[in-house]
Amino acid sequence: MQHIISILLENEAGALSRVAGLFSARAYNIESLTVAPTEDPLVSRMTIVTSGSADVIEQITKQLNKLIEVVKVVDLCEAGHLARELMLIKVKATGAARDEMKRMADIFRGRIVDVTDAIYVIELTGNGSKLDAFIEAIDADLILETVRTGVCGIARGDRVLSV
Amino acid sequence: MELTGAEIVVQSLAAEGVEFVFGYPGGSVLHIYDELFKQDKVKHVLVRHEQGAAHAADGYSRASRKVGVCLVTSGPGVTNAVTGIATAYMDSIPMIIITGQVPTHAIGLDAFQEVDTVGITRPCVKHNFLVKDVRDLAVTMKKAFHIATTGRPGPVLVDIPKDVTAERCEFIYPERVEMRTYQPVVRGHSGQISQALELLLQAKRPMIYTGGGIVLADASNELARLVHKLGFPCTNTLMGLGGFPGTDPQFVGMLGMHGTYEANMAMQHCDVLLAIGARFDDRVIGDPRDFARISRRIIHVDVDPSSISKRVRVDVPIVGDVREVLLELTAQLEAHAGSVDKPALDAWWTQINEWRGRDCLRYDRTANIIKPQYVVEKLWEVTGGDAIVTSDVGQHQMWAAQFYKFDKPRRWINSGGLGTMGFGLPSAMGARMANPDATVACVTGEASIQMCIQELSTCKQYHLPIKIVNLNNRYMGMVRQWQEFFHGNRYAESYMDALPDFVRLAEAYGHAGMRIDKPADVEPALREAFARTDQLVFLDFITDATENVYPMVAGGKGLTDMILAEDL
Repeated sequence: MQHIISILLENEAGALSRVAGLFSARAYNIESLTVAPTEDPLVSRMTIVTSGSADVIEQITKQLNKLIEVVKVVDLCEAGHLARELMLIKVKATGAARDEMKRMADIFRGRIVDVTDAIYVIELTGNGSKLDAFIEAIDADLILETVRTGVCGIARGDRVLSV
Repeated sequence: MELTGAEIVVQSLAAEGVEFVFGYPGGSVLHIYDELFKQDKVKHVLVRHEQGAAHAADGYSRASRKVGVCLVTSGPGVTNAVTGIATAYMDSIPMIIITGQVPTHAIGLDAFQEVDTVGITRPCVKHNFLVKDVRDLAVTMKKAFHIATTGRPGPVLVDIPKDVTAERCEFIYPERVEMRTYQPVVRGHSGQISQALELLLQAKRPMIYTGGGIVLADASNELARLVHKLGFPCTNTLMGLGGFPGTDPQFVGMLGMHGTYEANMAMQHCDVLLAIGARFDDRVIGDPRDFARISRRIIHVDVDPSSISKRVRVDVPIVGDVREVLLELTAQLEAHAGSVDKPALDAWWTQINEWRGRDCLRYDRTANIIKPQYVVEKLWEVTGGDAIVTSDVGQHQMWAAQFYKFDKPRRWINSGGLGTMGFGLPSAMGARMANPDATVACVTGEASIQMCIQELSTCKQYHLPIKIVNLNNRYMGMVRQWQEFFHGNRYAESYMDALPDFVRLAEAYGHAGMRIDKPADVEPALREAFARTDQLVFLDFITDATENVYPMVAGGKGLTDMILAEDL
């Protein structure tokens, strides 16, 4: 089962490689990993999407908590949560396909953020399956390039992850 | 007062009460060596290879409950030490490794003797630091000692670029450090402890299984008190030997791959298991699915939450310092109105004694060739059971564990987790430095001893009268045993050809050597060697080349699936 692990960690050189190294050393799976500083410049927040049995996820959170630079770890999937991912996709947009692409972007609530006479760059936000669905919905031959941020997530309601 | 980075390193070590630094100089640590030279609080021990430095610091720590410190230069100094660092990490030994690094402006430019030390060592340290600013040095040293010695202990590495050791800043050594991200649990949860007690009192077939955590937490007295109060059988892991007295009637021997028949049977068939400072590893319980075949309630006490429910699901987890938990468990037991189920316990002991009757460690005592087990038995007798015994890795290690009955903790020093050949001699040096009056023996084999034999020179320089008990069977014995059992007697590369004359080798290093090839000479040779209290004696025992370690649980098998000597 897929899990979204949110981690607060000290914003120090090498902290990211400690987390990434832990996952590879213990053969845990990483589907996506995002990290950026929080409103507190001393703390970064990392979101890792992983999968495994309940035992494996328990070990992952315990092992993460053991890392000296890790402040807090939470498995967002334990309760209601929001997960979002951002994708930029560069597509061919010429002739009839140009209007069709604009329509598809509108349907998926995407925004066209760069335009040339032959190309659109579309920005799309949503959960992973929505982004997958967009890719499925358009003609594969028109896709020039995609880039995705990986998932970031936050708990619903009054659950707060903070130092 | 403004000090250089090098002075700060040495002053910090002195402030931590460090007596010895085991190390080897080189370009990037020259400023630090210069400061060591100018003072006499912290003594330096010059090894002959950086692996030896790490093992010696490790052995010092294991034998003394103090922090072992090791100092090596950048590049090859670090990579040579990595085996020793990983060895300490696997056995949770508190240790500080100070490594030189190329100057900050040269980092990342493939400078001479540059290596990504923090990257290379990251998976085999509890934590590591690269200090890029001299103003961070003192607090980093304090953090390193704090992290190494608290919670589940482990090695911590501090990597210091050469320019940082030359720069100056104001030096104040912090009294203590607070780290919001690192707050190990000390006291166990009282509610969990009382749940554990209820289970123990209901048990029909109880078992107490303890590991290296008892030794590391200095909790052996507290353990003995609880075990005696309960009257339950107790087994130790390889790392836990000496945590409970080896000659105590309630001790059923070591368990695991080469554990006793009675320990493994009791472990498998118990209905309530109290595991303390142990981690159910593959060499201890074998196949976890087979172990789970028989249902039992498990109480697991450990300072490291990630050790709990890692390989085996437990019913009552208790996270905390094992000594604190044992104290509270015993206090709750004393205050409790109930008592153990005596008739059930008597029946259980009857069963265990029947298993004991198999006499699983017996060997041929009539042979006219030296049996390695006999040498260890005699070693135990001659040293009054009170020596510090280090070992390397292989058959000799298992015989030492099985036949030397350790009554006290920190007497048995071996590489249990990583299984590092070459560990025995340098760790014996560290153990002797920590205990200058102790009798120190290194039980080894002709293969292992050659992996760090250069340290015979260090032993000469520092007058370390270690007794090397070499069980020379001309084979990498454990490899040979597996090849005999599982690879159709094809002894691929396990024969130790072209062995040196160990007697003359020892003499060449300025020590004494003895070669013993008759059973009748074993005890007199040991007596003579241990009487020479001022000299290192290399005892080269020519032992039976085909002897195997029994019992044996083959890799991946269930714990009771034992190969016994009597089966053959």
